[in-house]
Amino acid sequence: MIVLGVVIAGLFLAYPWLIADDFYGRMGADVLLAAIGASAWNILGGYAGQISVGHAVFFGIGAYLPLLVFTHLGAPPVAGVLLAVLISLGLAVVIGLPTFRLHGHYFSMATIAVAELIRIAISNWDYVGAATGLMGPAVARTWLDLSFRSPIPYYYLFLAVLACLLLLTWHLQRSRMGYYWRAIRAGERPARSLGVRVARYKLYALLLSAAFTSLAGSLYSLMVGFIDPESGFGILRSVEMIIIAALGGAGTLFGPLLGAVILIPLQTVTNSLFGGGGSGLTYILYGGIIVILARFEPGGLLDLWRRASQRWSRRREPVAVRHAA
Amino acid sequence: MTFIQVIVGGLLLGAVYALFSSGLTLIWGMMNVINFAHGEFVMIGMYIAFLIVTYLHGGPLTFGPAAAAFLFLLGIVVYYSLIRHVIRGPMLAQILSTFGLALLLRYLAFWIFTANFKTLPQDLLPGVINVGGILIGVPQFVAGIVAIVLTVGLHLLLTRTAVGSQLLAVAEDRQAAMLMGIRPDRMQAIAWGLSGAGAGIAGALIATFYYISPTVGESLALTAFVVVALGGFGSVPGALAAGLMVGVIQSLSAYLLGPVYKDIVVYGLFVLILWVRPEGLFGKAGA
Repeated sequence: MIVLGVVIAGLFLAYPWLIADDFYGRMGADVLLAAIGASAWNILGGYAGQISVGHAVFFGIGAYLPLLVFTHLGAPPVAGVLLAVLISLGLAVVIGLPTFRLHGHYFSMATIAVAELIRIAISNWDYVGAATGLMGPAVARTWLDLSFRSPIPYYYLFLAVLACLLLLTWHLQRSRMGYYWRAIRAGERPARSLGVRVARYKLYALLLSAAFTSLAGSLYSLMVGFIDPESGFGILRSVEMIIIAALGGAGTLFGPLLGAVILIPLQTVTNSLFGGGGSGLTYILYGGIIVILARFEPGGLLDLWRRASQRWSRRREPVAVRHAA
Repeated sequence: MTFIQVIVGGLLLGAVYALFSSGLTLIWGMMNVINFAHGEFVMIGMYIAFLIVTYLHGGPLTFGPAAAAFLFLLGIVVYYSLIRHVIRGPMLAQILSTFGLALLLRYLAFWIFTANFKTLPQDLLPGVINVGGILIGVPQFVAGIVAIVLTVGLHLLLTRTAVGSQLLAVAEDRQAAMLMGIRPDRMQAIAWGLSGAGAGIAGALIATFYYISPTVGESLALTAFVVVALGGFGSVPGALAAGLMVGVIQSLSAYLLGPVYKDIVVYGLFVLILWVRPEGLFGKAGA
């Protein structure tokens, strides 16, 4: 198990050297970015079991602020990252307090409505570029603009952020808070009767989740250098986070990363095969995967693998016993 | 005079909202499930009207029932192939299943019909009615009246017939209903069929005066969520009242503030309801 982990970590570190191609380098960065977003969603949606379909709100804020401080103040986009996280945290409190009184489907509905409300507002607000969106610096003025031609610096930046996020998640899932989250996911009433402060721990999960989703948005606009309402706040942004996390396994540490490793290259392939019209096909594929996943493997691929390996080791056991004898 | 006309227009549109929202609220009331693909059901109803008018030269009397029948079947198929299996599963699976279905249907329509807006010919239901200076387009008038009749009909079906009693019995207590010899599975399938049929007819009605596009279901679904939340989950009369209200609010905010605000005001209202009264304006507390 440890060997496997070291090999995979090594592969992630060496990836840019293994393929000396900007196209695949960019795809690698896209995979890591998607993994960051999905892992951030996973804290609230996977561990705490609150299925938000409005996480694009935090992603959008994270993506807009860096380009906003650049457009209006001429500051390096990086200056907006922390501000975006703070605004996202504030908004998370405002959204979280009322919506956390709602359960299950109702919560999901509410998060969609809030996200759509904000998307429409942003699309009609001239200060933030309305429907056209915002551009970043065309050419890097100083290194502080973090505008590189090669995808490799972004790749390692994203890898570092992802590593921090996974380390934090790993630590939290083993902590008291992690157990509370799983208790809440299993059932709020039983959790409350055991003395878990449900509202508080749901809010903690949302705050963490919102902060890292916002960070993912900032990293996106730093790399792409352009943002518009649809790519920042669009419902498909939220959907992408959910499907990636669910494909790998919601509520598991490496599920979102696994989901991103599978889905983003798939998306790149369909987009390049079918050209501009491919986006429609990509979402047909997304929809199909989600439906099949929900119907047959709600636990995601990691769960499938765990069960398969259990069955396999059970079958091997008698052999091992015979050897021992 | 314009003001009254705006309100009348809002009421007629709101009646159609009430019709497709009542299907959503029926499903919620019975099985605690929100169908995220409900807006796509309406969208399919619209495209069925478009296909029948374009290729079979049928009129509203053909495509209305056709849309209802097709979506009744689709609802039942979706229930048996998907919903029945996820309903006891984790919350994530329940939400993902209809959400994925929504994406699938929306982008299949996108792929088949392209993103271009389609409209039905203007001469299907021609004319304008003049009631004391208030002008009402015939398509809107017909859609509004038919929608109210059907929504009231659904309510009567639920409260006055044997099938309706069986549906409500399953909603009330699945186990007890089974002991009374009711098959919950079949009843829930019928509920999904009715819900689909309502969405299908609503789509066919809207198609007579509204543009048709693959993504039209997204905003319609959100509108339906607002209506259901406002009217109280599971209540058809609540959906009727809330639908009419949302229609009027939308028309008034478009008229007074500008077209952009019609959705902003309605979604804002939704968020406000969540803050103040999460059980819905007409809903029972603790529901």
